[in-house]
Amino acid sequence: MITFMNNSDSEEEPCNERTSLMSAESPPVPSYQDGLQASQAGEAQAHRKRRAGSSRGPNNIAGGEMSGSGVPVRESILENEEEELTLKYGAKHVIMLFVPVTLCMIVVVATIKSVRFYTEKNGQLIYTPFSEDTPSVGQRLLNSVLNTIVMISVIIVMTVFLVLLYKYRCYKFIHGWLILSSLMLLFLFTYIYLGEVLKTYNVAMDYPTLFIVIWNFGAVGMICIHWKGPLQLQQAYLIMISALMALVFIKYLPEWSAWVILGAISIYDLMAVLCPKGPLRMLVETAQERNEPIFPALIYSSAMMWTVGMAKPDTAARGPSQQTWDAAEDGREHLRSPSHAESQMPEMRSPVPTRPVTSIEELEEEERGVKLGLGDFIFYSVLVGKAAATASGDWNTTLACFVAILIGLCLTLLLLAVFKKALPALPISITFGLIFYFSTDNLVRPFMDTLASHQLYI
Amino acid sequence: AFFWLLSLLAASLLWSVSVRLSGREDAALLPLGAAAAVLLQELCRFACFKMLKKADEGLATFSEDGRSPISLRQMAYVSGLSFGIISGIFSITNILADSAGPGTVGIHGDSPYYFITSAFLTMALVLLHTFWGIIFFDACERRRAGGLGLVVGSHLLTSGLTFLNPWYEASLGPIFILTLCTGLWAFSTAGGSFRNVLKCLSCKQEPESQAMLYSALQVPPE
Repeated sequence: MITFMNNSDSEEEPCNERTSLMSAESPPVPSYQDGLQASQAGEAQAHRKRRAGSSRGPNNIAGGEMSGSGVPVRESILENEEEELTLKYGAKHVIMLFVPVTLCMIVVVATIKSVRFYTEKNGQLIYTPFSEDTPSVGQRLLNSVLNTIVMISVIIVMTVFLVLLYKYRCYKFIHGWLILSSLMLLFLFTYIYLGEVLKTYNVAMDYPTLFIVIWNFGAVGMICIHWKGPLQLQQAYLIMISALMALVFIKYLPEWSAWVILGAISIYDLMAVLCPKGPLRMLVETAQERNEPIFPALIYSSAMMWTVGMAKPDTAARGPSQQTWDAAEDGREHLRSPSHAESQMPEMRSPVPTRPVTSIEELEEEERGVKLGLGDFIFYSVLVGKAAATASGDWNTTLACFVAILIGLCLTLLLLAVFKKALPALPISITFGLIFYFSTDNLVRPFMDTLASHQLYI
Repeated sequence: AFFWLLSLLAASLLWSVSVRLSGREDAALLPLGAAAAVLLQELCRFACFKMLKKADEGLATFSEDGRSPISLRQMAYVSGLSFGIISGIFSITNILADSAGPGTVGIHGDSPYYFITSAFLTMALVLLHTFWGIIFFDACERRRAGGLGLVVGSHLLTSGLTFLNPWYEASLGPIFILTLCTGLWAFSTAGGSFRNVLKCLSCKQEPESQAMLYSALQVPPE
């Protein structure tokens, strides 16, 4: 999910002073304007009056500069400044999200196309107990729907469990869970992946070298994701673990189940984020109330907060205070182990409240970025990877799905700028992706093939 | 790119439906499918223009001095380029993937120059789409129907020329000439001219224009 949510609770105090100033001198402004003024403290403020077709991207406005002095003209100038800044930053943020999503997809597609392992059917996960090898179409459809129901219920249970843990402040348990799951990802899955790649290219590697490589990779990854590390390295690790997870999904989910699951997940995401009682929304609101960032290792953040003269804060909490970010559903990574610790965190978006310690320094160069949940990365890559794996070996389908997902992401960011709340990142992109996959595979492919066989160009 | 894909989708839909309905050989309906695809592409280019125009207006109202940060010309170039890129990618990727595998070109009696002519055709097509984008947007902006008609006509012509394909002299040659002409036309539409090119190549003009700027700045305080 990508969300912009005004940190309504935490903005209360600064809001009061400003709003009183505001109301005395200016005409009644919509509520977000107050939040805008209140963002002086460096809280989230992404708001911009949306007009049609304007910039897309999160509204990251340097709240520090907006000291609302209340004159309407000044307000509109400020507004324009904000909007221009937002525009300038907005496009940058869209690109900042495009690059990692593209990289993840490239890794997944390259692996699928070259390594045979991930397209062979070697059994199924326990989360999809019904087999799809049945002779009749109806039975197969039924089995895939049942698989989806099982999977989605597992996800819901895990999410609710996580929300409960968070509500009752069992932080140690959650951290332990996250660490265990990223451990498993970084070591076990990487080992399998490396083994398969080496097998494909027929490269020999001895066990000591393998041990050293994987140990280093895993250890640095753990440190980077859960503690401090350079931003780019952290981003690279998050992309890699998303790609690994997506590959596992592509391998172990049977075909029709995969497509139905993708559709069901986006509906679930929509409901979980937008319904008032949705688990994700509750998680976001709880995090906002407590003025804390949501867990590390579940979100991809595209920018860093530069605190003057201070050591970098926890990488997970890094990121512009307000951006909307999503808690990725990292839980899916651990489908193989029954004792998987990761919770399926739905993608959430919520503005990350600033840490009170760094609030002053934040007014100095703060580079705002956007945050996207890792679950979004995973499912985008699953869609594109499945398209690459099962689309009759056609590159056109893969490319069409890729473009569709990126356009969906763009639209989602646009909506983010409009609504300024946490929004689910999955539905629009996955819908476009699914539409384009099925239509390209069935309609466009014969057309293009016939054209190409006669060497005709349109 | 998205718009081009939409047009392709619509065209394939049309083609599949017509194939099913008529039940005839595929090849006979290809000209119809190709023509429909071309027309739909131009339609989508128009839709793209409308959307970008709106975005441009939105950007202009937001910016401080009333002008948008991206000019319509740049948008035309980008949209034409993206049309071209996606069209080229769709035309060539499968061929490239096949060319990496085992096989002999033209073993069944087709031309052995299939790959290389495909490469050249794709390149010409990408360039053409870029140029058409510029000319199209400019013609729409100034409401000149002639420009629009010529773009659509040349697109149809190009597509039709590819129908002559194993006879490469007849198809490749004219297409390249058409590319050159369209390029020159687009260049002049975008405001370029021979003098501009010369000025660009010789960097001596730079300091003069800067001096002019400074003098322009001096005027108001007086």
